[in-house]
Amino acid sequence: MRWELVSTILLLVVWQVLATIFPGRLFPTPVAVAVELWTDLVDGKLIVDMGKTLERAAISFVVAMTIGIAIGILFGRSRILDRLFSSWVIVGLNLPAVVIAIVLYISLGLNETAIILAVIINKVPLVITTIREGVRSFSPDYDELALAFRMPLRRRLRLVFIPQLTPYVLAAARTGLALIWKIVLVFEVLGSSGGVGFRINTMFQFFDMTGILAYTTAFILVVLVFEYWVMRPLEHYVLRWRTDRG
Amino acid sequence: MADGPRLNIDVEEKRFPSSAAPLLENFHVTIQPSQVVALVGPSGVGKSSLLRMIAGVDDDYSGSITIDGEAAGTAPPAGFVFQDARLLPWLTALENIRAVREETTEAEARDFLARVGLAGSENAYPAQLSGGMQRRVALARAFSVNPRLLLLDEPFVSLDAHLVADVQRVFVDLIRQTRSTAILVTHLPADAARIADRAIVLGGRPARIMADIELSPARDIRSEEQLRALALAIANYDEAPN
Repeated sequence: MRWELVSTILLLVVWQVLATIFPGRLFPTPVAVAVELWTDLVDGKLIVDMGKTLERAAISFVVAMTIGIAIGILFGRSRILDRLFSSWVIVGLNLPAVVIAIVLYISLGLNETAIILAVIINKVPLVITTIREGVRSFSPDYDELALAFRMPLRRRLRLVFIPQLTPYVLAAARTGLALIWKIVLVFEVLGSSGGVGFRINTMFQFFDMTGILAYTTAFILVVLVFEYWVMRPLEHYVLRWRTDRG
Repeated sequence: MADGPRLNIDVEEKRFPSSAAPLLENFHVTIQPSQVVALVGPSGVGKSSLLRMIAGVDDDYSGSITIDGEAAGTAPPAGFVFQDARLLPWLTALENIRAVREETTEAEARDFLARVGLAGSENAYPAQLSGGMQRRVALARAFSVNPRLLLLDEPFVSLDAHLVADVQRVFVDLIRQTRSTAILVTHLPADAARIADRAIVLGGRPARIMADIELSPARDIRSEEQLRALALAIANYDEAPN
């Protein structure tokens, strides 16, 4: 953590020095960006935009994880289903995100449903793949243990199945969040009303580099807060039985 | 405490799909209630497979295995100690014991752990325990289901030498208290001689019974000399050509 802090400060210092040496409207200093950030925060504009983006990301994330986990488990357990649909998943993984967004915008119009659906379609194949590989790697030894002791199905699910699945759900959540943060913004730039991406697009029309960097910084801060205050403590708690964890 | 169940093992054939020769063929054994039977034989002869069939985990064979007249797969759970400790790594020692039987109270689970010398390790995860300690948790777990039938696959392997005698004593005491029927798989004739009432020596492919040795039921009166003699007898059968 200390090294990360030192690294961040170093980055800001280098940025400040370079922006001072080469001043210009398109290369603002970090101080100017911080002032802009504070102004946007105080007048409430940033909070409204950030709220809109986070809402879209949250809905997409929950729906994509739910669908992806369910299908991933089915594919992991059933060779037939996996063989039948694995090519669909490969297509889904390699389909350009922008194409999905444009197709949905044309089909459904520039609305919330289209943007959220586009994010979900982008994210689901990734979750399916992670969960499927996880389920395939389950140890048959634990199934045998449960069978030998005649553990009832619910108990088996709670104590044997879900704990084996959890690390893969966390991995899917982490990679999925990283993806969703980015594509929500891209889709908002492409066409939406409100949100961080929409605002950045507006600033782009006016070459407002300071505003763009202020919004980007705010967005990065939110992602970092989520990572350090939600994801890492959650992962640490759920995987506390692993002694290789620091 | 009621006697353990009687086992009738009548296996016509057990073979693995990848193997040309069957593992077991025309294998017939009856095990009396509360008898402690050691299955002795070289690695790969089919001892562990037979144990899994008795536990109802593997039903891919022709023939029948009944436990007090009930098919192995539907009989009440046996207390099973696997060749590896097979603890659930995400549960503590205490939780591992309670995992296999909902009715086991925390106090009972603590008591079982104390009996195998693990008082104070209740909240340790398996990764924090040594191999020997993990095996003792597995032994406590097997007894925690109040089994009438105990199936133990090399339960004393990977225990420190000074612990083997202690754990074996715990095992014999628990067997006496519960009057369970027990089947112990071991490749060590000395373990069989020290613990069992009867030793069945397996050999060959398909496996057949090379020797079926009745041992004195009064384990306490076996002198070291007797133990050595028994171990030697089993070892001789064990090394007999297939």
